[in-house]
Amino acid sequence: MYSRAYKSLISIPPILWVGVFLLLPYALMFAHSFWLVRDGFIVHQWNLRNYAKLFQHPVYLEVLFRTMRIAASVTLLSLALGYPLAYYMSFCAGVRKELLYQLVIVPLWVSYLVRGYAWKTILGSDGVLNGFLQYLHITNEPVAYFLYSPFAVVLVLTHIYTPFVFLPLYASLEHIPRNLVEASHDLGASPRATFLRVILPLSFPGLLAGATFAFVLSLGDFLAPLLVGGPSSIMIANIVQSLFGTAYDWPLGAAISVCILTMTVGLLFFTERLEKRWAFR
Amino acid sequence: MSSAPPSSLQSRAADASPSASALLEVRGIAKRFGAREVLKNISLQIASGEFLTLLGESGSGKTTLLRLIAGFEEPTTGEIWMSGTRLDSLPPYRRRVNTVFQNYALFPHLSVQENVAYGLRVTHAANAEIPSRVTQALRMVKMEEYATARPGKLSGGQQQRVALARALVNRPQLLLLDEPLSALDANLRKQMQSELKSLQREIGITFLFVTHDQEEAMALSDRIALLKGGELEQVASPREIYTRPATSYTAQFIGQTNLLRAEICGGIATCGSLRWPTCSTADGSAVFSLRPEAVRLVGETPLPPDAPRFRATVHQQIFSGSSEQLEVDCGGQLLRVRIPAQGTLTGEHEFTFFPADAVHVKESLP
Repeated sequence: MYSRAYKSLISIPPILWVGVFLLLPYALMFAHSFWLVRDGFIVHQWNLRNYAKLFQHPVYLEVLFRTMRIAASVTLLSLALGYPLAYYMSFCAGVRKELLYQLVIVPLWVSYLVRGYAWKTILGSDGVLNGFLQYLHITNEPVAYFLYSPFAVVLVLTHIYTPFVFLPLYASLEHIPRNLVEASHDLGASPRATFLRVILPLSFPGLLAGATFAFVLSLGDFLAPLLVGGPSSIMIANIVQSLFGTAYDWPLGAAISVCILTMTVGLLFFTERLEKRWAFR
Repeated sequence: MSSAPPSSLQSRAADASPSASALLEVRGIAKRFGAREVLKNISLQIASGEFLTLLGESGSGKTTLLRLIAGFEEPTTGEIWMSGTRLDSLPPYRRRVNTVFQNYALFPHLSVQENVAYGLRVTHAANAEIPSRVTQALRMVKMEEYATARPGKLSGGQQQRVALARALVNRPQLLLLDEPLSALDANLRKQMQSELKSLQREIGITFLFVTHDQEEAMALSDRIALLKGGELEQVASPREIYTRPATSYTAQFIGQTNLLRAEICGGIATCGSLRWPTCSTADGSAVFSLRPEAVRLVGETPLPPDAPRFRATVHQQIFSGSSEQLEVDCGGQLLRVRIPAQGTLTGEHEFTFFPADAVHVKESLP
């Protein structure tokens, strides 16, 4: 249909783009992770010391585990919020579907920073929530735990990533032919049995995609801990950020990045395999 | 205050439940979607073991009626009874009715045997008997060898069989079939028709079958209920509905016919140059249905003395193997005629028909 020359011509821009902005930076990062810093300069001397450091200093692993804990909490909470919402919209909302869909999407147009700051004004010592609780005399003094805590980080990340969980879930629920639900009822299955035996399994690919989104995006997040997290809720990306910034240890930062990247790619690979196994017809 | 004896109360209660012979009774069902009236005052009885077909064009309300009986829709007014229980207030999963869906609706994430076992599992059939009942159901539709396959790997006809086995494994009192053969190609369709019919005879379950294909309805049914614009046009056996159509719509929908607008006067119907005796006594204008094969060439068969004879010009002749399809002009009145194959006919010929074959039909509204 198209000539070979035409095909190679149109593939040049994407190849250039991926090469210059994706492969090259990754290669540089990968190389950096095997170099080291001496007297404030990066020395191109190949070694594995950066990776050894990761396992020798408990702080890195501790932060990494905390990050995974936070990401897992965010994933579970977003699923707990996103699934019922997606289910309701797909099966019960009727004509209000479109409106509700827009309402879920609109926050995505608002900058992450704005939403982060909004939570600051809600959770802060003289914020809306504390003011309200004191007004009702439920608490006598501001609850400090609301802001600058892992709780706040999980809350903000859940708020931000729930639409990302919702979208693939909603798409997969919308794709379930309604006559399958009718067939299930027809064969004697109650609504609960129908949900467990038909709807849930058929929405599993969407569920997996949503969970992957939430987990992977949370895993690499550094803004939420920066905005609403305290020292107790530093995440791995914050460490990378400071290593590339003020601490000026690019090789160590690169080593941590390679670790996160490996984990993420592994996870994506695994979930994609799972999704494929669960994709029918 | 009431002085009515208990016996009369009992008899009144008995009146409220459907007649004993009917398995299913639909009483005064109407269904409205918004302003659209899809079904208007439908009343219908289905006898146990019967194969009843709901026949109609798309939009006639046949599928809606089926969905009301299955429980996927609620009637706006009216009642549905099955063996003494009122059905229309029960959710679909509490009705002893199973459905074969138009596009089969097999669960894509379950194997063939799991699809068939589904109804048994969710109704908590004894675990020990599930495998044998599944095998039995699959054997019934000749699909045992595909037990472990996924529905996505099967052809349309095979999926159809699995859907049938899945619906029958629960041993429903009534099986609903929503155009189950419409997605199959012509040959397979014919084959499935005869299999379906023999299966129904074998297991003796009552079938309520929906189709828009009048030939299919004729081939399969004990009785046909013809729907038009949400109303029942006629309910009768295929033979009766063909030979004694009640309305002009029925006569045209089932098979081919000639509709003759005639004037009746003193027991004689007149339509152009055609005159024949009729038993309709009321004078005035009336519509008669005359099947093409009821018209014959004079001389073919011995005729009763009152049979009309008329000369008509052959306009068009189509040879279709065993018969000749003619269009003849009889003094401006065009008639479709089907006679046994006998070579080319040209010019004028003398035709006739048995007066009893011209059936007085009620004129349907357009």
